[in-house]
Amino acid sequence: MDINATFIGQIIVFLILLWFINRVVVPMLAKPIAARQQKIAEGLAAADRGQKDLDEAQARANDVIREARERANQIVDQASRRSTEMVESAKQTASVEVERLLATGRQQIELDAARAREELRRDVARLSVATASKLIGREIDAAKHADILNQLATEI
Amino acid sequence: MASEHGQSPTDYIVHHMTHNSVGQGFWTWHVDTLVMSAVTAAFVALLLWLGARRATTGVPTGLLGFVEFMYEFVDGKVGEIYHGNRSFLTALGFTLFTWIIAMNTMDLLPLDLPSFIAAASGHEHAVWRVLPTADLNGTIAMAIVVLFLVIGYAIRAKGVGGYLHEWIAAPFGGHPVLWIPNLVLNAVELLAKPVSLGMRLFGNMFAGELLFMLIALLGMVAGEHLSGLLGIGPAAAFFAQVLFGAGWAIFHILIVLLQAYIFMVLPIVYISMAEQHH
Repeated sequence: MDINATFIGQIIVFLILLWFINRVVVPMLAKPIAARQQKIAEGLAAADRGQKDLDEAQARANDVIREARERANQIVDQASRRSTEMVESAKQTASVEVERLLATGRQQIELDAARAREELRRDVARLSVATASKLIGREIDAAKHADILNQLATEI
Repeated sequence: MASEHGQSPTDYIVHHMTHNSVGQGFWTWHVDTLVMSAVTAAFVALLLWLGARRATTGVPTGLLGFVEFMYEFVDGKVGEIYHGNRSFLTALGFTLFTWIIAMNTMDLLPLDLPSFIAAASGHEHAVWRVLPTADLNGTIAMAIVVLFLVIGYAIRAKGVGGYLHEWIAAPFGGHPVLWIPNLVLNAVELLAKPVSLGMRLFGNMFAGELLFMLIALLGMVAGEHLSGLLGIGPAAAFFAQVLFGAGWAIFHILIVLLQAYIFMVLPIVYISMAEQHH
Protein backbone atom coordinates (compact mmCIF):
# COMPACT_ATOMS: atom_id res chain seq x y z
CA MET A 1 0.00 0.00 0.00
CA ASP A 2 2.79 2.34 -0.89
CA ILE A 3 2.37 5.27 -3.23
CA ASN A 4 4.51 4.89 -6.31
CA ALA A 5 4.54 5.60 -10.02
CA THR A 6 1.44 3.43 -10.50
CA PHE A 7 -0.78 6.38 -9.71
CA ILE A 8 0.58 8.23 -12.76
CA GLY A 9 -0.58 5.37 -14.95
CA GLN A 10 -3.91 5.31 -13.13
CA ILE A 11 -4.37 9.03 -13.78
CA ILE A 12 -3.71 8.45 -17.49
CA VAL A 13 -6.22 5.57 -17.62
CA PHE A 14 -8.78 7.68 -15.77
CA LEU A 15 -8.30 10.70 -18.05
CA ILE A 16 -8.63 8.55 -21.19
CA LEU A 17 -11.88 7.01 -19.92
CA LEU A 18 -13.15 10.43 -18.79
CA TRP A 19 -12.33 11.90 -22.21
CA PHE A 20 -14.10 9.03 -23.99
CA ILE A 21 -17.23 9.27 -21.85
CA ASN A 22 -17.30 13.08 -22.02
CA ARG A 23 -16.71 13.30 -25.75
CA VAL A 24 -18.41 10.16 -27.08
CA VAL A 25 -20.84 8.51 -24.69
CA VAL A 26 -22.55 11.50 -23.06
CA PRO A 27 -23.21 13.35 -26.35
CA MET A 28 -24.59 10.12 -27.82
CA LEU A 29 -27.04 9.84 -24.92
CA ALA A 30 -27.86 13.44 -23.98
CA LYS A 31 -29.43 14.53 -27.25
CA PRO A 32 -31.78 11.56 -27.82
CA ILE A 33 -32.84 11.65 -24.15
CA ALA A 34 -33.60 15.38 -24.32
CA ALA A 35 -35.48 14.88 -27.60
CA ARG A 36 -37.43 12.00 -26.10
CA GLN A 37 -38.32 14.05 -23.02
CA GLN A 38 -39.56 16.79 -25.35
CA LYS A 39 -41.61 14.23 -27.26
CA ILE A 40 -43.10 12.78 -24.08
CA ALA A 41 -43.96 16.24 -22.79
CA GLU A 42 -45.66 17.06 -26.08
CA GLY A 43 -47.51 13.75 -26.01
CA LEU A 44 -48.76 14.41 -22.49
CA ALA A 45 -49.84 17.92 -23.44
CA ALA A 46 -51.68 16.51 -26.47
CA ALA A 47 -53.38 13.94 -24.27
CA ASP A 48 -54.49 16.71 -21.91
CA ARG A 49 -55.81 18.72 -24.85
CA GLY A 50 -57.63 15.66 -26.18
CA GLN A 51 -59.19 15.04 -22.79
CA LYS A 52 -60.36 18.65 -22.62
CA ASP A 53 -61.78 18.47 -26.15
CA LEU A 54 -63.55 15.25 -25.24
CA ASP A 55 -65.04 16.84 -22.13
CA GLU A 56 -66.24 19.81 -24.15
CA ALA A 57 -67.74 17.57 -26.83
CA GLN A 58 -69.43 15.52 -24.11
CA ALA A 59 -70.94 18.66 -22.60
CA ARG A 60 -72.07 19.83 -26.03
CA ALA A 61 -73.59 16.46 -26.79
CA ASN A 62 -75.43 16.53 -23.46
CA ASP A 63 -76.83 19.98 -24.31
CA VAL A 64 -77.99 18.77 -27.71
CA ILE A 65 -79.61 15.70 -26.20
CA ARG A 66 -81.39 17.76 -23.54
CA GLU A 67 -82.65 20.20 -26.16
CA ALA A 68 -83.86 17.35 -28.36
CA ARG A 69 -85.64 15.75 -25.44
CA GLU A 70 -87.37 19.02 -24.57
CA ARG A 71 -88.37 19.51 -28.19
CA ALA A 72 -89.69 15.96 -28.39
CA ASN A 73 -91.74 16.50 -25.25
CA GLN A 74 -93.13 19.69 -26.72
CA ILE A 75 -94.07 17.88 -29.92
CA VAL A 76 -95.73 15.05 -28.01
CA ASP A 77 -97.68 17.57 -25.91
CA GLN A 78 -98.74 19.44 -28.99
CA ALA A 79 -99.79 16.25 -30.72
CA SER A 80 -101.82 15.01 -27.78
CA ARG A 81 -103.46 18.41 -27.39
CA ARG A 82 -104.21 18.46 -31.07
CA SER A 83 -105.63 14.95 -31.04
CA THR A 84 -107.86 15.82 -28.09
CA GLU A 85 -109.06 18.85 -29.99
CA MET A 86 -109.72 16.76 -33.05
CA VAL A 87 -111.67 14.19 -31.08
CA GLU A 88 -113.67 16.98 -29.42
CA SER A 89 -114.47 18.65 -32.68
CA ALA A 90 -115.37 15.31 -34.28
CA LYS A 91 -117.68 14.57 -31.37
CA GLN A 92 -119.28 17.98 -31.79
CA THR A 93 -119.69 17.51 -35.52
CA ALA A 94 -121.10 14.09 -34.93
CA SER A 95 -123.66 15.28 -32.35
CA VAL A 96 -124.70 18.16 -34.63
CA GLU A 97 -125.14 15.66 -37.42
CA VAL A 98 -127.09 13.38 -35.15
CA GLU A 99 -129.34 16.26 -34.17
CA ARG A 100 -129.82 17.22 -37.76
CA LEU A 101 -130.60 13.62 -38.77
CA LEU A 102 -132.98 13.23 -35.88
CA ALA A 103 -134.74 16.48 -36.80
CA THR A 104 -134.98 15.38 -40.40
CA GLY A 105 -136.34 12.00 -39.34
CA ARG A 106 -138.83 13.58 -37.03
CA GLN A 107 -139.97 15.99 -39.71
CA GLN A 108 -140.33 13.10 -42.13
CA ILE A 109 -142.33 11.16 -39.59
CA GLU A 110 -144.59 14.14 -38.92
CA LEU A 111 -144.98 14.72 -42.62
CA ASP A 112 -145.87 11.07 -43.20
CA ALA A 113 -148.23 11.07 -40.28
CA ALA A 114 -149.92 14.25 -41.55
CA ARG A 115 -150.20 12.80 -44.97
CA ALA A 116 -151.64 9.56 -43.59
CA ARG A 117 -154.05 11.53 -41.47
CA GLU A 118 -155.10 13.55 -44.49
CA GLU A 119 -155.62 10.41 -46.50
CA LEU A 120 -157.49 8.79 -43.68
CA ARG A 121 -159.69 11.87 -43.34
CA ARG A 122 -160.40 11.89 -47.00
CA ASP A 123 -161.21 8.17 -46.92
CA VAL A 124 -163.44 8.63 -43.87
CA ALA A 125 -165.31 11.46 -45.60
CA ARG A 126 -165.69 9.46 -48.74
CA LEU A 127 -166.79 6.36 -46.84
CA SER A 128 -169.14 8.40 -44.68
CA VAL A 129 -170.70 9.95 -47.74
CA ALA A 130 -170.97 6.54 -49.35
CA THR A 131 -172.42 4.99 -46.25
CA ALA A 132 -174.79 7.81 -45.66
CA SER A 133 -175.93 7.69 -49.30
CA LYS A 134 -176.69 4.06 -48.94
CA LEU A 135 -178.52 4.66 -45.67
CA ILE A 136 -180.58 7.53 -47.00
CA GLY A 137 -180.93 5.93 -50.31
CA ARG A 138 -180.14 8.91 -52.28
CA GLU A 139 -177.28 10.87 -53.35
CA ILE A 140 -176.01 13.44 -51.04
CA ASP A 141 -174.85 16.50 -52.72
CA ALA A 142 -171.36 16.70 -51.62
CA ALA A 143 -171.22 20.37 -52.24
CA LYS A 144 -174.41 21.04 -50.34
CA HIS A 145 -173.34 19.11 -47.29
CA ALA A 146 -169.77 19.93 -47.42
CA ASP A 147 -169.90 21.74 -44.07
CA ILE A 148 -171.31 18.61 -42.38
CA LEU A 149 -168.72 16.43 -43.99
CA ASN A 150 -165.95 18.72 -43.09
CA GLN A 151 -167.14 18.82 -39.50
CA LEU A 152 -167.24 15.06 -39.50
CA ALA A 153 -163.78 14.76 -40.89
CA THR A 154 -162.48 17.14 -38.29
CA GLU A 155 -164.08 15.17 -35.52
CA ILE A 156 -162.48 12.02 -36.73
CA MET B 1 -7.24 -23.55 -1.34
CA ALA B 2 -3.60 -22.60 -1.28
CA SER B 3 -2.78 -25.19 1.36
CA GLU B 4 -1.45 -27.61 -1.22
CA HIS B 5 1.58 -25.37 -1.49
CA GLY B 6 2.23 -25.99 2.17
CA GLN B 7 1.85 -22.30 3.01
CA SER B 8 1.28 -20.88 6.44
CA PRO B 9 -1.69 -18.51 6.86
CA THR B 10 0.77 -15.61 6.97
CA ASP B 11 2.30 -16.70 3.66
CA TYR B 12 -1.17 -16.95 2.18
CA ILE B 13 -2.15 -13.42 3.24
CA VAL B 14 1.19 -11.95 2.14
CA HIS B 15 0.90 -13.73 -1.18
CA HIS B 16 -2.50 -12.16 -1.77
CA MET B 17 -1.33 -8.75 -0.59
CA THR B 18 1.66 -8.50 -2.88
CA HIS B 19 1.42 -6.59 -6.09
CA ASN B 20 2.81 -7.86 -9.33
CA SER B 21 5.25 -5.01 -9.84
CA VAL B 22 8.21 -3.91 -11.89
CA GLY B 23 10.74 -1.15 -11.15
CA GLN B 24 12.43 0.18 -8.05
CA GLY B 25 11.59 2.72 -5.35
CA PHE B 26 9.15 5.37 -6.45
CA TRP B 27 9.36 4.15 -10.03
CA THR B 28 7.66 0.91 -9.13
CA TRP B 29 4.76 0.06 -11.36
CA HIS B 30 1.97 -2.22 -10.13
CA VAL B 31 1.36 -4.17 -13.31
CA ASP B 32 -1.74 -5.89 -11.91
CA THR B 33 -3.40 -2.63 -10.88
CA LEU B 34 -2.59 -0.95 -14.18
CA VAL B 35 -3.76 -3.87 -16.31
CA MET B 36 -6.92 -4.55 -14.31
CA SER B 37 -7.97 -0.89 -14.24
CA ALA B 38 -7.24 -0.52 -17.96
CA VAL B 39 -9.20 -3.68 -18.74
CA THR B 40 -12.17 -2.55 -16.64
CA ALA B 41 -11.98 0.92 -18.19
CA ALA B 42 -12.00 -0.61 -21.66
CA PHE B 43 -14.91 -2.84 -20.66
CA VAL B 44 -16.87 0.14 -19.32
CA ALA B 45 -16.10 2.20 -22.43
CA LEU B 46 -17.14 -0.64 -24.73
CA LEU B 47 -20.34 -1.40 -22.81
CA LEU B 48 -21.41 2.24 -22.68
CA TRP B 49 -20.58 2.75 -26.34
CA LEU B 50 -22.48 -0.38 -27.38
CA GLY B 51 -25.50 0.83 -25.44
CA ALA B 52 -25.34 4.50 -26.43
CA ARG B 53 -24.74 3.72 -30.12
CA ARG B 54 -28.38 2.66 -30.50
CA ALA B 55 -29.79 5.71 -28.72
CA THR B 56 -33.01 6.94 -30.33
CA THR B 57 -35.86 9.17 -29.32
CA GLY B 58 -38.06 6.07 -29.21
CA VAL B 59 -38.44 3.53 -26.44
CA PRO B 60 -35.06 2.49 -25.00
CA THR B 61 -34.65 -1.28 -24.67
CA GLY B 62 -32.05 -3.75 -23.48
CA LEU B 63 -28.52 -2.46 -23.04
CA LEU B 64 -29.53 1.05 -24.07
CA GLY B 65 -32.11 1.11 -21.31
CA PHE B 66 -29.48 0.03 -18.80
CA VAL B 67 -26.96 2.64 -19.98
CA GLU B 68 -29.63 5.34 -20.00
CA PHE B 69 -30.76 4.35 -16.52
CA MET B 70 -27.20 4.78 -15.22
CA TYR B 71 -26.75 8.03 -17.13
CA GLU B 72 -30.01 9.53 -15.93
CA PHE B 73 -29.31 8.42 -12.36
CA VAL B 74 -25.92 10.18 -12.41
CA ASP B 75 -27.23 13.18 -14.32
CA GLY B 76 -30.10 13.57 -11.88
CA LYS B 77 -27.79 13.45 -8.87
CA VAL B 78 -25.38 15.93 -10.48
CA GLY B 79 -28.30 18.21 -11.32
CA GLU B 80 -29.47 18.18 -7.71
CA ILE B 81 -26.05 19.24 -6.46
CA TYR B 82 -24.63 21.49 -9.17
CA HIS B 83 -26.64 24.33 -10.70
CA GLY B 84 -25.09 25.37 -13.97
CA ASN B 85 -23.93 23.76 -17.17
CA ARG B 86 -23.34 20.27 -15.88
CA SER B 87 -22.44 18.45 -19.07
CA PHE B 88 -18.83 17.82 -18.05
CA LEU B 89 -19.66 17.08 -14.43
CA THR B 90 -22.21 14.49 -15.56
CA ALA B 91 -19.48 12.90 -17.66
CA LEU B 92 -17.14 12.99 -14.64
CA GLY B 93 -19.71 11.43 -12.34
CA PHE B 94 -20.68 8.88 -14.98
CA THR B 95 -17.04 7.91 -15.48
CA LEU B 96 -16.32 7.59 -11.75
CA PHE B 97 -19.53 5.69 -11.03
CA THR B 98 -19.31 3.13 -13.84
CA TRP B 99 -15.56 2.61 -13.65
CA ILE B 100 -15.45 2.23 -9.86
CA ILE B 101 -18.35 -0.23 -9.98
CA ALA B 102 -16.49 -2.25 -12.61
CA MET B 103 -13.24 -2.18 -10.62
CA ASN B 104 -14.88 -2.91 -7.27
CA THR B 105 -16.76 -5.82 -8.78
CA MET B 106 -13.40 -7.51 -9.37
CA ASP B 107 -13.42 -8.11 -5.62
CA LEU B 108 -16.24 -10.58 -6.11
CA LEU B 109 -14.13 -12.80 -8.33
CA PRO B 110 -12.92 -15.94 -6.54
CA LEU B 111 -9.99 -14.95 -4.37
CA ASP B 112 -7.65 -17.65 -5.62
CA LEU B 113 -8.62 -17.41 -9.28
CA PRO B 114 -5.45 -15.45 -10.25
CA SER B 115 -3.23 -17.88 -8.31
CA PHE B 116 -5.03 -20.75 -9.93
CA ILE B 117 -4.49 -19.32 -13.42
CA ALA B 118 -0.88 -18.54 -12.56
CA ALA B 119 -0.30 -22.05 -11.28
CA ALA B 120 -2.02 -23.55 -14.30
CA SER B 121 0.25 -21.55 -16.62
CA GLY B 122 3.36 -22.67 -14.73
CA HIS B 123 4.09 -19.54 -12.68
CA GLU B 124 3.37 -20.97 -9.25
CA HIS B 125 4.72 -18.03 -7.30
CA ALA B 126 3.32 -15.25 -9.46
CA VAL B 127 1.17 -12.70 -7.63
CA TRP B 128 -1.77 -10.83 -9.11
CA ARG B 129 -4.15 -8.53 -7.25
CA VAL B 130 -7.34 -8.15 -9.21
CA LEU B 131 -8.77 -5.18 -7.32
CA PRO B 132 -7.37 -1.81 -8.51
CA THR B 133 -9.39 0.09 -5.90
CA ALA B 134 -7.66 -1.83 -3.11
CA ASP B 135 -4.43 -0.20 -4.31
CA LEU B 136 -3.99 3.27 -2.86
CA ASN B 137 -2.43 4.36 -6.16
CA GLY B 138 -5.66 3.61 -7.97
CA THR B 139 -7.93 5.60 -5.68
CA ILE B 140 -5.49 8.46 -5.06
CA ALA B 141 -5.06 8.88 -8.82
CA MET B 142 -8.77 9.58 -9.22
CA ALA B 143 -8.74 11.82 -6.16
CA ILE B 144 -5.84 13.84 -7.60
CA VAL B 145 -7.73 14.41 -10.84
CA VAL B 146 -10.70 15.54 -8.73
CA LEU B 147 -8.40 17.87 -6.76
CA PHE B 148 -7.22 19.57 -9.95
CA LEU B 149 -10.80 19.85 -11.18
CA VAL B 150 -11.83 21.48 -7.89
CA ILE B 151 -9.01 24.03 -8.24
CA GLY B 152 -9.79 24.55 -11.92
CA TYR B 153 -13.50 25.15 -11.31
CA ALA B 154 -12.73 27.52 -8.43
CA ILE B 155 -10.36 29.56 -10.63
CA ARG B 156 -12.86 29.59 -13.48
CA ALA B 157 -15.58 30.91 -11.16
CA LYS B 158 -13.49 33.47 -9.26
CA GLY B 159 -10.51 34.28 -11.48
CA VAL B 160 -6.88 33.66 -10.50
CA GLY B 161 -6.80 36.81 -8.35
CA GLY B 162 -10.04 36.01 -6.61
CA TYR B 163 -8.97 32.44 -5.94
CA LEU B 164 -5.58 33.47 -4.50
CA HIS B 165 -7.25 36.16 -2.43
CA GLU B 166 -9.55 33.57 -0.94
CA TRP B 167 -6.52 31.50 0.08
CA ILE B 168 -5.28 34.24 2.37
CA ALA B 169 -8.48 36.12 3.21
CA ALA B 170 -10.97 33.34 3.97
CA PRO B 171 -12.41 32.11 6.24
CA PHE B 172 -11.14 34.36 9.08
CA GLY B 173 -10.87 37.70 7.25
CA GLY B 174 -8.42 39.82 5.25
CA HIS B 175 -6.29 41.22 8.08
CA PRO B 176 -2.55 40.50 7.42
CA VAL B 177 -2.19 38.81 10.81
CA LEU B 178 -4.75 36.24 9.72
CA TRP B 179 -3.08 35.40 6.41
CA ILE B 180 -1.05 32.54 7.80
CA PRO B 181 -3.94 30.85 9.68
CA ASN B 182 -6.12 31.25 6.61
CA LEU B 183 -3.46 29.73 4.42
CA VAL B 184 -2.96 26.76 6.72
CA LEU B 185 -6.67 26.12 7.11
CA ASN B 186 -7.29 26.35 3.38
CA ALA B 187 -4.45 23.95 2.66
CA VAL B 188 -5.90 21.45 5.12
CA GLU B 189 -9.37 21.92 3.72
CA LEU B 190 -8.23 21.50 0.14
CA LEU B 191 -6.06 18.45 0.78
CA ALA B 192 -8.49 16.74 3.13
CA LYS B 193 -10.97 16.32 0.31
CA PRO B 194 -8.95 14.17 -2.11
CA VAL B 195 -7.19 12.33 0.70
CA SER B 196 -10.44 11.36 2.38
CA LEU B 197 -11.96 10.52 -0.99
CA GLY B 198 -9.09 8.23 -1.99
CA MET B 199 -8.59 6.71 1.45
CA ARG B 200 -12.29 5.97 1.93
CA LEU B 201 -12.57 3.90 -1.24
CA PHE B 202 -9.19 2.27 -0.68
CA GLY B 203 -9.98 1.44 2.94
CA ASN B 204 -13.35 -0.07 2.17
CA MET B 205 -12.13 -2.22 -0.67
CA PHE B 206 -8.90 -3.21 1.06
CA ALA B 207 -10.81 -4.26 4.16
CA GLY B 208 -13.31 -6.15 2.05
CA GLU B 209 -10.55 -7.98 0.25
CA LEU B 210 -8.78 -8.75 3.54
CA LEU B 211 -11.96 -10.16 5.01
CA PHE B 212 -12.34 -12.45 2.00
CA MET B 213 -8.79 -13.66 2.65
CA LEU B 214 -9.53 -14.33 6.33
CA ILE B 215 -12.67 -16.23 5.37
CA ALA B 216 -10.61 -18.23 2.89
CA LEU B 217 -8.25 -19.20 5.72
CA LEU B 218 -11.16 -21.10 7.28
CA GLY B 219 -11.13 -23.27 4.18
CA MET B 220 -7.40 -23.69 4.56
CA VAL B 221 -7.93 -25.09 8.05
CA ALA B 222 -10.50 -27.50 6.67
CA GLY B 223 -8.20 -28.50 3.81
CA GLU B 224 -5.16 -29.22 5.98
CA HIS B 225 -7.10 -31.66 8.12
CA LEU B 226 -8.83 -33.31 5.20
CA SER B 227 -6.16 -36.00 4.79
CA GLY B 228 -5.89 -36.66 8.50
CA LEU B 229 -8.59 -36.93 11.08
CA LEU B 230 -12.06 -35.97 9.94
CA GLY B 231 -13.53 -34.17 12.90
CA ILE B 232 -16.10 -31.61 13.78
CA GLY B 233 -13.59 -28.76 13.70
CA PRO B 234 -12.60 -28.98 10.01
CA ALA B 235 -16.18 -29.56 8.94
CA ALA B 236 -17.33 -26.53 10.91
CA ALA B 237 -14.52 -24.48 9.38
CA PHE B 238 -15.60 -25.54 5.90
CA PHE B 239 -19.25 -24.64 6.49
CA ALA B 240 -18.23 -21.38 8.11
CA GLN B 241 -16.16 -20.51 5.05
CA VAL B 242 -19.07 -21.20 2.71
CA LEU B 243 -21.56 -19.34 4.91
CA PHE B 244 -19.38 -16.31 5.70
CA GLY B 245 -17.97 -16.18 2.18
CA ALA B 246 -21.43 -16.10 0.63
CA GLY B 247 -22.75 -13.66 3.23
CA TRP B 248 -19.84 -11.27 2.90
CA ALA B 249 -19.97 -11.46 -0.92
CA ILE B 250 -23.66 -10.55 -0.91
CA PHE B 251 -23.07 -7.73 1.55
CA HIS B 252 -20.07 -6.65 -0.49
CA ILE B 253 -22.28 -6.02 -3.53
CA LEU B 254 -23.81 -3.22 -1.47
CA ILE B 255 -20.38 -1.82 -0.58
CA VAL B 256 -19.28 -2.01 -4.23
CA LEU B 257 -22.23 0.15 -5.29
CA LEU B 258 -22.23 2.39 -2.24
CA GLN B 259 -18.56 3.30 -2.51
CA ALA B 260 -18.93 4.00 -6.21
CA TYR B 261 -21.92 6.21 -5.44
CA ILE B 262 -20.01 8.11 -2.74
CA PHE B 263 -17.02 8.60 -5.01
CA MET B 264 -19.37 9.92 -7.69
CA VAL B 265 -21.32 12.36 -5.49
CA LEU B 266 -18.53 13.86 -3.35
CA PRO B 267 -16.41 15.28 -6.23
CA ILE B 268 -19.52 17.00 -7.56
CA VAL B 269 -20.19 18.40 -4.08
CA TYR B 270 -16.58 19.59 -3.78
CA ILE B 271 -16.67 21.25 -7.18
CA SER B 272 -19.96 23.04 -6.54
CA MET B 273 -18.59 24.16 -3.15
CA ALA B 274 -15.44 25.44 -4.83
CA GLU B 275 -17.48 27.67 -7.10
CA GLN B 276 -19.26 29.36 -4.22
CA HIS B 277 -17.82 32.59 -2.85
CA HIS B 278 -16.88 32.64 0.78
